[in-house]
Amino acid sequence: MPVQVKVPTILRTHTGGEGVVSGDGATVREILEDLDARYPGFRARVVSDDGGLYRFVNLYVNDEDVRYLGALETEVKDGDVLSILPAVAGG
Amino acid sequence: MSFTEDQVRRYARHIILPGIGVDGQRKLMDAGVLVIGAGGLGSPAAMYLAAAGVGTIGLVDFDRVELSNLQRQLLHDTDDVGRPKVESARDRLASLNPNVDVVAHETLLSSENAFDVLRAYDVVVDGTDNFPVRYLVNDACQMLGKPLVYGSIYQWEGQASVFLPGPDTPCYRCLFPEPPPPGTVPSCAEGGVFGVLPGIVGSIQAVEAIKLVLGTGEALVGKLLLYDALRNEFTTVKLRWDPDCPVCGKHPTVTELIDYEAFCGLAPGQAPPEAEHTPSAREA
Repeated sequence: MPVQVKVPTILRTHTGGEGVVSGDGATVREILEDLDARYPGFRARVVSDDGGLYRFVNLYVNDEDVRYLGALETEVKDGDVLSILPAVAGG
Repeated sequence: MSFTEDQVRRYARHIILPGIGVDGQRKLMDAGVLVIGAGGLGSPAAMYLAAAGVGTIGLVDFDRVELSNLQRQLLHDTDDVGRPKVESARDRLASLNPNVDVVAHETLLSSENAFDVLRAYDVVVDGTDNFPVRYLVNDACQMLGKPLVYGSIYQWEGQASVFLPGPDTPCYRCLFPEPPPPGTVPSCAEGGVFGVLPGIVGSIQAVEAIKLVLGTGEALVGKLLLYDALRNEFTTVKLRWDPDCPVCGKHPTVTELIDYEAFCGLAPGQAPPEAEHTPSAREA
């Protein structure tokens, strides 16, 4: 199921500069796996080696933090938006 | 305190504005707001606060003006290159509104002095450029019971929110409990920053600081505002209070200000990976 994935500036080097890409999968984990297949190295920027969420990169399905849903097993459906939000410190 | 004739004229558009009025303007004139970082975010924030007539504006910065700052840091002029930022900022704000008392804190904010610097102010605006100071300011505001107006930028994107003290509303650590390991996130000096971006985000911070002082409208609490300049998109996502938050959760583990160099993975005495990662109240 195609899900719109919003890619932050800091990760757009992986997506050829694209700020929004389409991802396929039924869960957040599957979406990230799909993106990693097309953009090697993408997944490792978002989740840790042991497959957990980093504490300095947040994932949102629509406007809800996946930590309060099902973490990486959060189900997504056609038309959902997955946003990736890294901590940034610039001022 | 009554208004002078000059003040009535200066603040006329606020005084007639529903939501501010005479009482609101007086609240602004009685208020103290601390702006941390006299740079990209701090420039529009401090300038709008001064123009609005906020009585006392504190500025924290330890840097001097560089030519590469001027593409976005409107507090400083070409002639200010080489001057301490708090000094050139003070001149700009005094010229904008001589009614404002500008307090310059030319210091590196640290666990040693943070409480002393923050204590006198009603609202704190975070416009710093590094993670150690962001966590320090968040923790200090939670511990002192100060509202914090958060803003952060990178390249073409910005974030803003308001963190109120106490449980039930989120703080910065509810959003990002831990900073990224040093060296994993480039600074503005390495990654670049779109010059207008801090103008947008810092102005939003001024809006929220003024609303907090006035008690007007809805504060940007429990929400994270995201701005993408390239995609011309404003979105908000939900930001929840985390009962397990180390500073504002049910069982806080952070109960005093931390040595943030160690916190960020640098051993004492170890040089940071890039000069731009050096913890300071500098903004990029």
